[in-house]
Amino acid sequence: MASTFDTVVNIITETCDIPRDTIKPESHAINDLGIDSLDFLDIAFAIDKTFGIKMPLEQWTQEVNEGKATTEQYFVLQNLCTRIDELVAAKRA
Amino acid sequence: MRLEYFRLIDRILEFDPVGRTIQAEAIVPTQSTVFEGHFPGYPLMPGVLLLEVMAQASGWMIIGLNGFTRMPFLAAFKEAKLRSFVTPGQSLTAKAELLHEGSGYAMTKAEIQVDGKRVCNTEITFRVVDFPNPAFRASMEEVAAAIAFPMETLNHG
Repeated sequence: MASTFDTVVNIITETCDIPRDTIKPESHAINDLGIDSLDFLDIAFAIDKTFGIKMPLEQWTQEVNEGKATTEQYFVLQNLCTRIDELVAAKRA
Repeated sequence: MRLEYFRLIDRILEFDPVGRTIQAEAIVPTQSTVFEGHFPGYPLMPGVLLLEVMAQASGWMIIGLNGFTRMPFLAAFKEAKLRSFVTPGQSLTAKAELLHEGSGYAMTKAEIQVDGKRVCNTEITFRVVDFPNPAFRASMEEVAAAIAFPMETLNHG
């Protein structure tokens, strides 16, 4: 079974045409991979569908805008994958 | 259809908040300055306006599903296909279904039929945000009433 990271990498490569070998766990989706907000909606759609979750993008954005969180907490891929795993676990609970 | 006001949907035929679908009627006007340029002597409904019909039908569905609390703004079309010419006076049936309601965005699948035949289809992405101001929301509710949006179906699902 593919790891969350592998699945997210597959989604990013298919959605944004970004070479697989440039995507690392420590990559920042926006700052390093250059994914813009519109492309990120396609990624969010695929992640929501694949994992059966609803990523709280609006809440994350609000937290960043209010200085309560950094973009790294949500958009560095290893952190994003942790958030996804948490959402999946919460749904199963 | 009032092209000059970009109000393309004439009437909501059916809104199903459980099945998350909508059907709307849009009648292409017989005369419009649009047809003087598109094209002289060969009037055709512009493809971008057909896309807008599908977007507006989808938009009414999204507004209905969120109980007129949030406004969808067009963000992207995917795999748009314009399959047949549409001409002045034709009655269009726009159909849309919700593919996904995410956090701050929504995806729909839409098509237009003329006499039961599909003439175009696409998938659409919307950003969905709170109404920027109460007047905006009120104006949307006014338009909803004018196009017979079935307000009684809200808060159903």
